[in-house]
Amino acid sequence: MMEPCRLAATELACRRGDRVLFSSLSLTLEAGEAVQVTGPNGTGKSSLIRILAGLMLPFSGKVESAGSMALVDERLALDEHLPLGRALAFWERLDGCTNADAGLATLQLDGLLEVPVRFLSTGQRKRAALARLLNGGRQIWLLDEPLNGLDDQARGAVEALLALHCGGGGIALVASHQPIALPGQKSLHLPDFSA
Amino acid sequence: MSVFTALLRRDLAALLPGSARGNSLLPLLFFLAVAMLYPFAVGPEPELLAATGGGVIWVAALLAAILPLDRLLAPDVENGFFDQWALRGIAEEVVVAVRLLAHWLSFGPFIIVAAFPASALVGIDGATLHVVLLGLLAGTPGLAAIGIIIASVTVGLRSGGAALSGLLVIPLAVPLLIFGAGSLSTGGEGGLALTGAISLVLVAIAPFAGGAAIRAAREG
Repeated sequence: MMEPCRLAATELACRRGDRVLFSSLSLTLEAGEAVQVTGPNGTGKSSLIRILAGLMLPFSGKVESAGSMALVDERLALDEHLPLGRALAFWERLDGCTNADAGLATLQLDGLLEVPVRFLSTGQRKRAALARLLNGGRQIWLLDEPLNGLDDQARGAVEALLALHCGGGGIALVASHQPIALPGQKSLHLPDFSA
Repeated sequence: MSVFTALLRRDLAALLPGSARGNSLLPLLFFLAVAMLYPFAVGPEPELLAATGGGVIWVAALLAAILPLDRLLAPDVENGFFDQWALRGIAEEVVVAVRLLAHWLSFGPFIIVAAFPASALVGIDGATLHVVLLGLLAGTPGLAAIGIIIASVTVGLRSGGAALSGLLVIPLAVPLLIFGAGSLSTGGEGGLALTGAISLVLVAIAPFAGGAAIRAAREG
């Protein structure tokens, strides 16, 4: 990998409407570390991820990051009317990915490349989003509920990919209310920071 | 450069007539339908048609440019494409500029070509057609830019966005229409030059206005 990556947040607070979801949240992730963000629905897991990704401004506090970031959330960002292979190829071209097939095989998508994205099931769509993540070759992974809709086998594959990613010096922040095996088993319970 | 070509290829595949999304022929058919119905509505007197036909072509071009607006940017925002581009460091301005080019390519050249049969249908002569064609060439990029700006401003609206964008385009397009269609009565280059100038200003503003609007919609 290139430069060691890093993700640090200090004294973050997030406000949605007139509600403060969390405050005084600080976290630091060095290369190779992973953390699971837990908490019931509506405690701000997705908002935290969007703040860390720079897509939303925190109410207060700041985020510092070094390294390239990737995001997987409930929005697929694949053209619904295109066959999966061509929809993924758009991102592969942008990301300069040359070995897309390995990722597709790991996520067992190689048989689905001719199927239009709109016909994919929930779990298959999630796997497609993870394939885009994998082929992007980014250092910091921000994953919002990556296990939703996945069967046991695919869940194992995701955990293996996360271990591989962190083993290679990457960072992963995973928001999930389901148990997930992460290197280091660090976790951050969002309700602890609720105002 | 590779980012530019990748974006443009995707946009053209989605927007050009005959592409996968299916309804992209509609603006062109709409344009021809207006030209075809007009003589039935006002009657076949050649003098009346010749005097008003050029203006009708302009109005038809404007309305045809409104048709694809609700699908121009909103689906990409809803599906998370803009988030993914932002994470890759691709500015919203670049995406909007490329989309503007693709949007113009998807209706501008086709409407200019369709102006030939349309001019026959509304019975305007060669000299007037010449001014109409030059005017459309100068004015359609401006119409595309207005469309992109409106589409990006209405991007966060769940429903009613299409109707609202149609209403918002109309006042902004009035200057283009006045100078573009106005050049028909004067027959002069002054109107065409002004149409071109307005278009250039709009095209220059559109990526920045559009990019800012899309970022503002994301914050909410």
